[in-house]
Amino acid sequence: MPLFSEIAHLIRKDISLEWRNRYAINGILLYTAASIFICYLSFQMGTAVGPIVWNALFWIIMLFTAMNAIAKSFFQESEQRHYYYYHITSPQGLIISKIGYNSLLMLILALLGYAFFSLILGNPVQDKALYFVILILSSIGFAGSLTMVSGIASRAGNNAVLMAILSFPVVLPMLLMIIKASKNAIDGLDRASSADEILVLLAINVIIITLSFLLFPYLWRS
Amino acid sequence: MNFLNQNWWKWLSIGVLFYVLIAGLIGPVPRLAILNETIRVLYFHVPMWFGMIIILTASMVYAIKFLSADDPKLDHLSVELANVGVLFGVLGILTGMLWANYTWGAPWSNDPQQNAAAIGLLIYFAYFILRGSLQDEQQRARISAIYNIFAYAALIPLLFILPRLTDSLHPGSGGNPGFNAYDLDSNLRFVFYPAVVGWTLLGCWITSIRYRMRRIKETLEE
Repeated sequence: MPLFSEIAHLIRKDISLEWRNRYAINGILLYTAASIFICYLSFQMGTAVGPIVWNALFWIIMLFTAMNAIAKSFFQESEQRHYYYYHITSPQGLIISKIGYNSLLMLILALLGYAFFSLILGNPVQDKALYFVILILSSIGFAGSLTMVSGIASRAGNNAVLMAILSFPVVLPMLLMIIKASKNAIDGLDRASSADEILVLLAINVIIITLSFLLFPYLWRS
Repeated sequence: MNFLNQNWWKWLSIGVLFYVLIAGLIGPVPRLAILNETIRVLYFHVPMWFGMIIILTASMVYAIKFLSADDPKLDHLSVELANVGVLFGVLGILTGMLWANYTWGAPWSNDPQQNAAAIGLLIYFAYFILRGSLQDEQQRARISAIYNIFAYAALIPLLFILPRLTDSLHPGSGGNPGFNAYDLDSNLRFVFYPAVVGWTLLGCWITSIRYRMRRIKETLEE
């Protein structure tokens, strides 16, 4: 099967699987909503939240949401079914389709999270278009790096702690860039001043997705 | 591998390090305000980072070689190199904190390079935990090699790109003068570059001893 149609089929398969057990995505949504509400309550009903804290809180919630949403991408399906995929698909197709599907999932979660977060804690963002671009890039970035890490963690016995310690350091450089660029968007600074960060973010995404593409076949074989 | 069994480079390492110790502690150094005599830490702090990068790069190269050749020896070399690289990193952080205590006023000043170094070490600690959590020898070698390559790709932007985008107390970034500004008469260079070579060779030496220990243990267990 050519790679692209394979990827399209696998993404369609993931979406229909997700749609059949909606409890998984509903669980993640509830998780995000509950953490946002906890932040609201802990910061004296949102009155103590300045733009810096607003931004940091939002991205920390997004990071944990991403970890929980993506950690299950290889845990969800049984060993036998993995074996089945092993025979009918190429590993490259599988990892790209997982990253693509997770990016889509993360984008939906990020947009819903952003909307709910703004509703509850107010929205200080001045440059909304730039913030939106950062949301898209961060969804792809989180999906790219965490999918590979969740693949590694699933080989090591589906350990949630392992998933966390393996992914934090890998995601951190990206998170730092995201927080800095999105702070610029909140302050409504000139877009040229965030160009460096956006470029680095894009470069990190490209590097990580390329590496996943190259390394996943080795992970898959073991 | 032949190189590791020869002796001349070990003598070279001893000779160079003696030269660095003597010339570094009593040789002439530029007289600068604030830095004063602490500038001598340069010979022991900065080479740790150079050595760490070189050794971790070698570790990553052996991880790639392992994935293509599937020889357990390569995996052992890769993990021992990572061990020594982390040792250098820890020593680099400690000497840096000592130096910072006298020049910047506190051991930890939230400097981006310090933070990046700490995150970099977290990545490699996660690598060791991942190794510890896998039981099967073959699988451990393969999966940790994959994470090693993946982590290295995350480390490089962390150490080389991010600190340059922000203001730093370190020379060479954020508008601070670089190495050259302190080094009017190039005296530092005569000790600094040999120091890099000497410490890196010492790192290779430690690696080769630990590698042989591991091989012996492996043979005894069989």
